[in-house]
Amino acid sequence: MRKLALSDEILLSVSQPARYIGNEVNMVVKDPSKVDVRFCMCFPDVYDIGMSHLGIQILYDMFNRRDDVYCERVYSPWTDLDAIMREKNIPLFAIESQDPVRDFDFLGITLQYEMCYTNILQILDLSHIPLHAEDRTWEDPIVIGGGPCAYNPEPIAPFFDMFYIGEGETVYDQLLDTYKISRKQQDTREQFLKKAAQIPGIYVPSLYDCEYNEDGTLKSFTPNCPEAPEKVEKQLVMDMTSAVYPEKPLVPFIRATQDRVVLEVMRGCIRGCRFCQAGMIYRPVREKDAERLKDLAWKMLKSTGHEEISLSSLSSSDYTGLESIVNFLIDEFHGKGVNVSLPSLRIDAFSLDVMSKVQDVKKSSLTFAPEAGSQRLRDVINKGLTEEEILSGAFEAFKGGWNRVKLYFMLGLPTETVEDMEGIALLSEKIAERYYEIPKDQRNGKVQVVASTSFFVPKPFTPFQWARMSTKEEFLEKARVVNRKMKEMKNYKSLKYNWHEADVTVLEGVLARGDRRVAAVIEEAYKNGALYDSWSESFRNEIWMKAFETCGIDIAFYTTRERSLDELFPWDFIDTGVSKEFLKREWQNAIDQKVTPNCRERCSGCGVRRFGGGVCYENQN
Amino acid sequence: MKIRIKFSKQGNMKFIGHLDIMRYFQKVMRRADVDIRYSEGFSPHQIMSFAAPLGVGLTGSGEYLDIEVLSTDSSAEMVRRMNLAMVEGMEVLSYKKLPDDAGNAMSLVAACDYTVRMRDGYTEAMGLTDVSFMSSLVSFIETGDLQITKKTKKGEKEMDLRPYIYEQSLTDDGRGVFLKLSSGSAANIKPELLLEAYCKSLGQEFPAFGFLINREEVYADAGSETAHCFVTLESFGEDIE
Repeated sequence: MRKLALSDEILLSVSQPARYIGNEVNMVVKDPSKVDVRFCMCFPDVYDIGMSHLGIQILYDMFNRRDDVYCERVYSPWTDLDAIMREKNIPLFAIESQDPVRDFDFLGITLQYEMCYTNILQILDLSHIPLHAEDRTWEDPIVIGGGPCAYNPEPIAPFFDMFYIGEGETVYDQLLDTYKISRKQQDTREQFLKKAAQIPGIYVPSLYDCEYNEDGTLKSFTPNCPEAPEKVEKQLVMDMTSAVYPEKPLVPFIRATQDRVVLEVMRGCIRGCRFCQAGMIYRPVREKDAERLKDLAWKMLKSTGHEEISLSSLSSSDYTGLESIVNFLIDEFHGKGVNVSLPSLRIDAFSLDVMSKVQDVKKSSLTFAPEAGSQRLRDVINKGLTEEEILSGAFEAFKGGWNRVKLYFMLGLPTETVEDMEGIALLSEKIAERYYEIPKDQRNGKVQVVASTSFFVPKPFTPFQWARMSTKEEFLEKARVVNRKMKEMKNYKSLKYNWHEADVTVLEGVLARGDRRVAAVIEEAYKNGALYDSWSESFRNEIWMKAFETCGIDIAFYTTRERSLDELFPWDFIDTGVSKEFLKREWQNAIDQKVTPNCRERCSGCGVRRFGGGVCYENQN
Repeated sequence: MKIRIKFSKQGNMKFIGHLDIMRYFQKVMRRADVDIRYSEGFSPHQIMSFAAPLGVGLTGSGEYLDIEVLSTDSSAEMVRRMNLAMVEGMEVLSYKKLPDDAGNAMSLVAACDYTVRMRDGYTEAMGLTDVSFMSSLVSFIETGDLQITKKTKKGEKEMDLRPYIYEQSLTDDGRGVFLKLSSGSAANIKPELLLEAYCKSLGQEFPAFGFLINREEVYADAGSETAHCFVTLESFGEDIE
């Protein structure tokens, strides 16, 4: 029996002990003394969330294919165990071997959302690893970050030895091999970091210096040694079909957010919505062959025993093999004990047909994400979804028996006016009215339209990276405008409007476009008890506000300040392949309310064609 | 065709709760290609039911679940296949065909066997030894005051445990106690209930994490209320050749 790091008494007194004991189906077991590199992969949130993350499953599988590497996992201990570990001074351990994280060669932390940053410090702190990279020795692992938030790593730069910019499948082997050689040669930590910095996609923050102008903006950002490149290039997989993919993913005992087989059908998105960071940084669109997906579906269902299978991508409706793979899944698995769960698809004849096959129409709802309430603002954000498409899609669905609609919007988008906000209520009302056009005897009771708004946060590497963000008060006033208008609607009894507090959004705004100086605030907030900030039950805004004050950091500088087109951004040293010129053009198009066609309609010259594949080369021989 | 499966849940699997064990077995059925029957309707579920939930922290060596299958291989082959789909700590012990008119495991449960031991250090903390603690427990069951107050959904209820304790004896090493207790819908007596009353009689606080409890076997009652005749749930089925 595997010996556990925690005693029975502790495990029995915390909620969900299954989070900490491992032993899941498909867990990889190796003898740690027989490998050269021990890699601990971390998702800095609770197990139930982290286990649902596809990226870690891919890397876990990829690393463990190497005989000389053992990749294990660690997640944030929940607050109950966190308190016990601090009180009893128990070091944080990896799930597989139950060995202390500090004994590993690497600690890899995935950065999926900004509000997990205090949890990163919790992981380091509980592992007894110095919070600052500069204080670490070979007694500590190399702490490496990756994932979407690594596209602006500066607010957390002091806590990391290095970042991996881009998709993990490409240069990790090179990094691990370099590490092995360095350790064999007894290189110093600094020598190794300098070697790593020469691998494409690896960013070592300590090898760069930043200077600031008097107004607080960045003056320069330069390498302080010849080994560090001026620009760090995003890494990406060009051949998705042959890329590694886990055929035996881990199956948690407790119900994780994703309790199903997930088939990644493609990376990237052709749409070019101007607010969307994923749509920019994962360019170009690269599809996985449908035949490979069919093979994976069989293997993964067999190895996991999952009762559900789903597709994953940024916009599955744009996957060219969609009909083929969806029909395959339904024919092979539907009605045989495996549910086919559909990702959110564009509502059209095909999707309504498959939805009626695999879902109980009475219990399911339609989802639209117009993101903005008026056609004008949808043009500004380049969301190519028209009111007529929404209304006719909804009408077709209503005729098919659906009577519930969910709508997702953002408030605080650039150029937004009161008319745009009120448009959210008007669009909801029009959908409800469309329902009542159906003769009464053919309707399925009352209609329910639920509109939800989130608050817009400008993100790096999007055309809106120059945009001013709203203040908390402005956000809440916008929500009140929508709410008032909702109540004026004729069918207001059929409409429901949801919004939430704006405190977290403001913070997210600072962390998203922050620079290295923001790191002090994160550390100060953590030291004063901030943790699990993405969980509303544990988020404490006052700790953060006080930390900004203590550190002398001005929130408005990062959120509501107008940025000029020639400003040097803290993330400009990263080359995503999408040119800054393209982003500027798109920012201007937004202000001019000009729609940019999607990648399949016409190439807009964003720059990623140089990667030599994907959608940029479709239909070209 | 009705099938009864006997399994053990040992080691670190004691931290996995009953609902998660149910989900675990649903996935085992698919991994092991058990031709299990599904219910009708829009979201079909497997026809599967467990005899008696085992609390978090307890281990079991004679746990049961019933399933219905459309077809099956031999018992030996099914046990082999399911064990290939198991994790450490979980093992299928038998797979037997039930008569068509057999009652389901849950409704049959009448008694359970337990072995109770103490984790290291707990009896010492009370100023006792494991041997003295356990031998006094047996005497307590035989002659002590077994009137307890049981918390139920409707409030508190006075009850006498004695009629529901069918057997008690020291284990061979003297450091544990074997118990046969009433279980199921009539009177569900968990060992903790008895141990709590015992600690109270000693004037000691009940050490919630101090006991190591293993459920050894689950029984149906083939006799009557006055003359029990306990038979294992496994004995209702027969091997498939």
